[in-house]
Amino acid sequence: MSDTFQLDGAAVPFEAGQTVMQAALAAGHYIPHLCYHPEFKPHGSCKLCTVKVNGRTAASCTMPAEAGLNVESDIEEMNSLRRTLVQMLFAEGNHFCPSCEKSGNCMLQALGYDLEVRTAGFRHMYPDRPLDASHPDILLDFNRCILCELCVRASSEVDGKNVFGLSGRGITKQLIVNAASGLLKDTDIALKDKAMQVCPVGVILPKRVGFSIPIGKRRYDQRPISAQALDDAPRQADASGSCDVCEGTP
Amino acid sequence: MSKKLRVATTSLAGCFGCHMSLLDIDERLFPLLDLIEFDRSPLTDIKHCGPCDIGFIEGGICNAENVHVLYEFRKNCKILIAIGSCAITGGLPAQRNHLDLGSCLTEVYLTEPGLEHGHIPNDPELPLPLDKVHPLHEVVKIDYFIPGCPPSGDAIWKFLTDLIAGKTPELGHGLIEYD
Repeated sequence: MSDTFQLDGAAVPFEAGQTVMQAALAAGHYIPHLCYHPEFKPHGSCKLCTVKVNGRTAASCTMPAEAGLNVESDIEEMNSLRRTLVQMLFAEGNHFCPSCEKSGNCMLQALGYDLEVRTAGFRHMYPDRPLDASHPDILLDFNRCILCELCVRASSEVDGKNVFGLSGRGITKQLIVNAASGLLKDTDIALKDKAMQVCPVGVILPKRVGFSIPIGKRRYDQRPISAQALDDAPRQADASGSCDVCEGTP
Repeated sequence: MSKKLRVATTSLAGCFGCHMSLLDIDERLFPLLDLIEFDRSPLTDIKHCGPCDIGFIEGGICNAENVHVLYEFRKNCKILIAIGSCAITGGLPAQRNHLDLGSCLTEVYLTEPGLEHGHIPNDPELPLPLDKVHPLHEVVKIDYFIPGCPPSGDAIWKFLTDLIAGKTPELGHGLIEYD
């Protein structure tokens, strides 16, 4: 427990087996992240949490903490890379915030705000991704999917249902539903499932509750995501698997 | 300031909501008007843009006329600002981008239930729609972006006063919004 590494000049203690991200959050230091969720095994796909470790870039969510590491996170070089990653995600999907139920509670949007992303910069791809509104209680809007696999992980590891999966490679990679028809209505997903709570963006939505929280009262209207991620960090210690600070509940 | 900054504004494929938000700076319009004067704008009804310091464009590019106006602004404005979701991402009009334009027009003007003797408008005065709706930065260089649908009056005020004061404009939490 006496071991520490340096994060932006501060000494961060860690326990054996912790990653740089886990130790940083536990010690009250925020590192921007999107596909990382304290209750799940790190995925390392979004790269938002990239930091400089002893001068080389690494994803802090998968990088094991080691004594004496020199980690640089809140520096313009890293924040500029993060800004570009967020811009690429916005350009790749159809993220039309003004009509999205998740607006104000969306991690991608909140990271954009925090990093002062004012334009996607790149050429928007405007992909054609039809909705799946087949389920009576749940809507899937694939336009906003960022392929973080949190729903895939939650459905298989917590719910034991394997409702979601990723299919294809490269730019054709997409979120799919595990049913012969490919439709959500033919799965056993339920509103109380963990998979319903973990989407950082607005893909998996319960029907008939949209826009229930007025603008100004939504989660990231109140405080920036950098000031709130630390509230989520104790989830690590919550072995019950309950998640009362997930999206949509301020 | 000895000389007032000249500002031009226009709405392309937009709803004038961002112009309404500009007016939402309320009584701050008076100190603003000590610093700027308007050139081409819906507020002045001047039809063409002369040399300006700042151009303010809401709305994306959805037809041929939009492209001409955008070029006129870029040619005449030292600083060009894209304001609002539509100018920055294509916004609501761009929600047709994954559809074929021909089938959109056919459905709206020919096959929509309840339509009788419909026809696709072809008056030569109507600007031709583009195949896809584009954000401004895909057509000309844009210097600054103020996101929001619309951005709040406070965001516009902060941005303009920073810019006029010669500072790098910053919005910060609560002022930078995409919805």
